[in-house]
Amino acid sequence: MSKKNATSGYNRGRLLRTAMTVGMLAILFALPYFNHNEYQLDVLVSAGIFAILVLGLNVMTGYCGLLNLGYAAFFASGAYTYAILNVKYGLSFWVSLPACIISAGALGLVFGSCVLRLKGDYLALVTLGFGEITRIALNNMDGLTGGPNGLTLSHPVIRFANKSFDFGIKSLPYYYLSLLALLVTIIIMRRLSNSRFGRAWIAIKEDEVAAACMGINTGKLKLFAFCIGSAIAGFAGWLFAGKQGFVSPESFDFTTSIMLVAMLVLGGIGSISGAIVGALALTIIPELLRPLQEYRMFLFGAIMIIMMLFRPQGLLGGVRIFEEFRPVSERVRQEEDEVLAEDLKQ
Amino acid sequence: MSPFETFIQQLINGLSIGMIYALIALGYTMVYGIIQLINFAHGEIFILGAFFALFVFSFLGSFVPLNNIVTIIIMFAAAMAGCGLLGVIIERVAYRPLRKAPRLACLITAIGVSFILQNLMMIVWGPIDKSFPVFFKHVVFTVGALRITFMQGFIIITSLLLMISLHFFVRRTMLGKALRATSEDMVAARLMGINVDKVISICFLIGSALAGAGGVMYGMYYTTITFHDGYLVGIKAFTAAVIGGIGNVPGAMLGGVALGMLEGLAAGYISSAWKNVFAFLILVLLLLCWPSGILRKFRNE
Repeated sequence: MSKKNATSGYNRGRLLRTAMTVGMLAILFALPYFNHNEYQLDVLVSAGIFAILVLGLNVMTGYCGLLNLGYAAFFASGAYTYAILNVKYGLSFWVSLPACIISAGALGLVFGSCVLRLKGDYLALVTLGFGEITRIALNNMDGLTGGPNGLTLSHPVIRFANKSFDFGIKSLPYYYLSLLALLVTIIIMRRLSNSRFGRAWIAIKEDEVAAACMGINTGKLKLFAFCIGSAIAGFAGWLFAGKQGFVSPESFDFTTSIMLVAMLVLGGIGSISGAIVGALALTIIPELLRPLQEYRMFLFGAIMIIMMLFRPQGLLGGVRIFEEFRPVSERVRQEEDEVLAEDLKQ
Repeated sequence: MSPFETFIQQLINGLSIGMIYALIALGYTMVYGIIQLINFAHGEIFILGAFFALFVFSFLGSFVPLNNIVTIIIMFAAAMAGCGLLGVIIERVAYRPLRKAPRLACLITAIGVSFILQNLMMIVWGPIDKSFPVFFKHVVFTVGALRITFMQGFIIITSLLLMISLHFFVRRTMLGKALRATSEDMVAARLMGINVDKVISICFLIGSALAGAGGVMYGMYYTTITFHDGYLVGIKAFTAAVIGGIGNVPGAMLGGVALGMLEGLAAGYISSAWKNVFAFLILVLLLLCWPSGILRKFRNE
């Protein structure tokens, strides 16, 4: 009897969640019909691309605990792969997608295999250096990347039978494209985080030695996390370049990398919904503050500080994250109290 | 000029900017040594020092005519006091409440502080380049074919004095001893009766004051400053701190000088467009091959 109840409760919860997901999707897909504001749609497209990026960063930093302060470099590699293929070789948006993902993933693999023996802050610093080197290199290799002037690309076009649809400069098509891309990324992330890999990554983050003792090949799995994270950045870069129709090194500077980390931490590190909420919040808040003109970023900085002071585990930190954020002494004290209470009972 | 003399000249040019890096790197390294925080706001504090000095200069200039030396001293005093105070306030407001939270939370507040300071400077002093007063423009010391401008000599000597006094402070005073103890083991230091919060405040005070002094020198050396100068110089100074072994005070001095000289050589012999790549390339290669830095004793992470 009780078992049956438990099952139906589980089903009800599942049903509710499915209903909520479907409802949310319906709202997201219908949104452009109710809101024709070009600028607001454009902000949402950017937020979607950033959400994909933060999800990718979440694999490295959130699951595996590898802080990356140069994530924009992998973002850039996807964007520039498409840009160069488009400008120099005339390849279309769609055809270059695999190349973008593979090039960014390969970059992550090669870079990761060099640097992953470093840990903690040292790893963060190497990624910071790598990010800056990439940006300056993009700036200086005029022949290939157009230097600081960047590259201007053609718009994505869909050809079906003998009709063709040009994406043009309106935000609407990109809105649906990025929504679709975000959905694909979320599905991949969900599958990954519940898989053997996801669990192994979290184990590595919690305690690398213990994870290795449990038979996890920590080196290989860390490299895999790095590779997946950068491949997703490449995917986002492809989307970004297609949407902007223009790439320049400015979009991939240190501030971008830092903002991505901030989105991840503010949303709640290690959680998929947290990553998305963080990306949305940190893309939309600066836009909302636009009427304040030059005081905008000033206030934005203040909001970041206040959010962290009041919720250091992020907006949507899960139970696991909450435990992690509780100071050790407090945890120990609580355990001691429990032991003491039991002793007193006896 | 013989090739050798050119080489030495490049070294001297690099040395003066390296000294500025070293002064800023000290703040990074002291803070990291104690609370393991990469203080992203430090670069902003540095350039704010230059702005403080500029403010005092224009303020004084409108009242009383002073001779150059007195003006320079007042500018330094204002920048160091202003930055030191600011550093303490920032630590109190943005870092201390998060002392027990994980380090990433502090990193985010540091980024927030950096945004605030950068935009504050933009609002107060405007987004365009500000010209900085130049003193003793025409005083040049020549040794053979080598030329050392007054400013270069001044930067090298003043920084050396500041660093030597810091070294004595850390090594010879009770507070310095408390500082070293806290960076070794915060819990044990607290158990020994050291007021850890006070030590951390002092650490921010000194680090920020040194960065402020570095800012004034930077302004005098390059003669123009903008609100976003702090970022790149800050990252480079951080590189310098890593080169010397982060958390290590003499290492930061050495690292700054080394980075400045290498950069001077790279700008002179390779290309100035790739000059900045060079600094980061050193950072990456050094961390990969020699993660403990030049002066750090090997410590198993």
